[in-house]
Amino acid sequence: MEGLTLSDAEQKYYSDLFSYCDIESTKKVVVNGRVLELFRAAQLPNDVVLQIMELCGATRLGYFGRSQFYIALKLVAVAQSGFPLRVESINTVKDLPLPRFVASKNEQESRHAASYSSDSENQGSYSGVIPPPPGRGQVKKGSVSHDTVQPRTSADAQEPASPVVSPQQSPPTSPHTWRKHSRHPSGGNSERPLAGPGPFWSPFGEAQSGSSAGDAVWSGHSPPPPQENWVSFADTPPTSTLLTMHPASVQDQTTVRTVASATTAIEIRRQSSSYDDPWKITDEQRQYYVNQFKTIQPDLNGFIPGSAAKEFFTKSKLPILELSHIWELSDFDKDGALTLDEFCAAFHLVVARKNGYDLPEKLPESLMPKLIDLEDSADVGDQPGEVGYSGSPAEAPPSKSPSMPSLNQTWPELNQSSEQWETFSERSSSSQTLTQFDSNIAPADPDTAIVHPVPIRMTPSKIHMQEMELKRTGSDHTNPTSPLLVKPSDLSEENKINSSVKFASGNTVADGYSSSDSFTSDPEQIGSNVTRQRSHSGTSPDNTAPPPPPPRPQPSHSRSSSLDMNRTFTVTTGQQQAGVVAHPPAVPPRPQPSQAPGPAVHRPVDADGLITHTSTSPQQIPEQPNFADFSQFEVFAASNVNDEQDDEAEKHPEVLPAEKASDPASSLRVAKTDSKTEEKTAASAPANVSKGTTPLAPPPKPIRRRLKSEDELRPEVDEHTQKTGVLAAVLASQPSIPRSVGKDKKAIQASIRRNKETNTVLARLNSELQQQLKDVLEERISLEVQLEQLRPFSHL
Amino acid sequence: MGRGLGGRVTSGGSRDAVPGAGPPKMAVCIAVIAKENYPLYIRSTPTENELKFHYMVHTSLDVVDEKISAMGKALVDQRELYLGLLYPTEDYKVYGYVTNSKVKFVMVVDSSNTALRDNEIRSMFRKLHNSYTDVMCNPFYNPGDRIQSRAFDNMVTSMMIQVC
Repeated sequence: MEGLTLSDAEQKYYSDLFSYCDIESTKKVVVNGRVLELFRAAQLPNDVVLQIMELCGATRLGYFGRSQFYIALKLVAVAQSGFPLRVESINTVKDLPLPRFVASKNEQESRHAASYSSDSENQGSYSGVIPPPPGRGQVKKGSVSHDTVQPRTSADAQEPASPVVSPQQSPPTSPHTWRKHSRHPSGGNSERPLAGPGPFWSPFGEAQSGSSAGDAVWSGHSPPPPQENWVSFADTPPTSTLLTMHPASVQDQTTVRTVASATTAIEIRRQSSSYDDPWKITDEQRQYYVNQFKTIQPDLNGFIPGSAAKEFFTKSKLPILELSHIWELSDFDKDGALTLDEFCAAFHLVVARKNGYDLPEKLPESLMPKLIDLEDSADVGDQPGEVGYSGSPAEAPPSKSPSMPSLNQTWPELNQSSEQWETFSERSSSSQTLTQFDSNIAPADPDTAIVHPVPIRMTPSKIHMQEMELKRTGSDHTNPTSPLLVKPSDLSEENKINSSVKFASGNTVADGYSSSDSFTSDPEQIGSNVTRQRSHSGTSPDNTAPPPPPPRPQPSHSRSSSLDMNRTFTVTTGQQQAGVVAHPPAVPPRPQPSQAPGPAVHRPVDADGLITHTSTSPQQIPEQPNFADFSQFEVFAASNVNDEQDDEAEKHPEVLPAEKASDPASSLRVAKTDSKTEEKTAASAPANVSKGTTPLAPPPKPIRRRLKSEDELRPEVDEHTQKTGVLAAVLASQPSIPRSVGKDKKAIQASIRRNKETNTVLARLNSELQQQLKDVLEERISLEVQLEQLRPFSHL
Repeated sequence: MGRGLGGRVTSGGSRDAVPGAGPPKMAVCIAVIAKENYPLYIRSTPTENELKFHYMVHTSLDVVDEKISAMGKALVDQRELYLGLLYPTEDYKVYGYVTNSKVKFVMVVDSSNTALRDNEIRSMFRKLHNSYTDVMCNPFYNPGDRIQSRAFDNMVTSMMIQVC
């Protein structure tokens, strides 16, 4: 470190800086604060600064002595030139440009600039100016002039104090030096290039503002002796400088467009936002980008697909790796396409890179896609778009200048979308987006996630019953056991009726039993039967019966005796004192068995429905209670009982023949035979009886339907209504337990089963009794004969 | 060597790694293998013994293929992307993840790192996958090239053990 050799220029420069930092005029030690400021102005990363400090020994000493300071400055130059920081480099690096420091904007700077350009004195004063903390100030359009200044500075090393220099002068040389320095990769200081020039130029900007308003480029800055340095300095400045600068000044810089516009806009920019953001896009640049965008995608709100963008940017002759990085930075939403904002940002970055600026690691804020108000773009003298970028990327880098971020620009205020963009960008690169997306999938549609349970109606409603009946209609014919299979869930009454119908339909007792056995096993059919019967009756009163619902889930309570059932039974028994169909299949009084099956059996399924059928069914349907039936039952019971108790057996046969006589009867018989008929007249008798009582018991409808010949049966039913009314009522009452809950179905089914069993028993009993009757009659006859025979003897 | 230009800091700018501190230990080695089983990206933290990690990744490819074929009977979509622990050694554990395009991610973690739970590994793979898709979206990236994206590097760096 000791062997630091400085060139004259360096010596001067360093001494100036030292004196600048040496506010205490100790001539020995500089104030750390100032030094730090100075180093900060060097636009070096903090770690580099620290390293420099370490190397120069300041940290060791705790202060900056002159030597340390000089070494530090040298290291700054080394670092800014991109060379690794080594102790040896301070001496080994040849032609090291002077360290560059971002100057803040203040009059000092302008003074400084002016003074510095010329002679040592100026330099001295300049040095006094330079150290000021980096003041980004108005680098904006100052940057424009920046570029032009650069060339100029290079060309005219010492411009006399007039900071204002027409841009024209700058062009000639600037490009060279500028380009040269653009090749000067700033080792790792991405910020350096941008920040440095900017602030430095601000003073010039200011200076110029005073002078030639129209002059875009105030090359007024007279660089320090090593103009190259300045040029390089200018190099690094915010791209905006380049953009605007290059203007035509740089020979063929196609940046003309920007230049021209820059000139006009410089003033504007200068006065505009004072924040020295090197990445800001000037209006001209913006307009240029927009025009370029239009060449690819006419719709400004549209996207540029990745492939098109790739071709476009490949023309810039940047290495693919860098283009890839630029893409990563600019494609905010990571969708593989560029919106206008993204495109402008990418373009800007390309130009910056072309001009030697290092690409940032993260997208600068000013380049973040925002919804730009296109109308808002500053007036552009000449459209920058046409010139060259797409055409000749091969041109000197300065041609790319248009895209260099200008220091000032009038970015429209962030509007909603821009904010959205920003927020989006914040998240875009994090895995949260994806994970959030994943996690959002589930809650995305809560509605679908929520499955509203579809209420299933367990209790047979009118419609439901109708549906069931409709359903049953189709199946009953084929399934002889269907009557028995009427869903217990359906009104128990109907079930009972069904069973009785089956009974009557000639499913003999055996059938009845079998059917009863299968009764519970196939409640669906039963239910359908019931429903069908319902629909039967329902159709007339209510033709709007919906289609039969799918087989209803069998009520789990088929076996359980619900309270309802009990209630029903009790009521039933109460009303039918004969214990019509006592809960246990006790042999009910004759009249009832005869009656019960009757109505149950005789239930035409026809849609026309029996009048009584309809009358009862509707009653049943809405209420599902036996009450209605009860009332009817009572009536019928009374009548039937009265009628039938006398000569039940006879009645039955009478009924039978009567039925048979009538077409319906015959049809019923036919139906019976169709269904299954095991020809038990006894069975058929009660069946007929039950048929007769059909009207009383809607439930039997389904069974009857199975017997088919519904229409014909109907009249039979009417006939036998009374006779079988009791029976039907009984049967109806029993099953007609309102199924409020599915469980009731089971209870009803159980009761139905029981009733059916009772029916069979009763039927058997009936037949036996009839047989006995016959026997008894025969005996009577024989006895009478004997008596008569004996009588004559008595007379003798 | 926390700071300094010469530091072997993985890309991503200056890292303020505090030497000696106990940063959250994550992966030791992360690799992205292409469909044809050549590496697209491989990086390991301990600078020494990189070859060992490369070898481990290479051997784990067999296990990955085995797992893929095992559940590959069904439609690819039904196959879960996360393969889980491929195989453990006494020092390291190797986890695998395969995308629908048969690009494999292999992660080697230190066995002593017991704090790493399965769902953490899953989230790390998810981040890897996201970054990989971002790389894919870049029109300048030719599928099959080595991944040189800085963003990807940064992301991987964040997941790797921070050794000074």
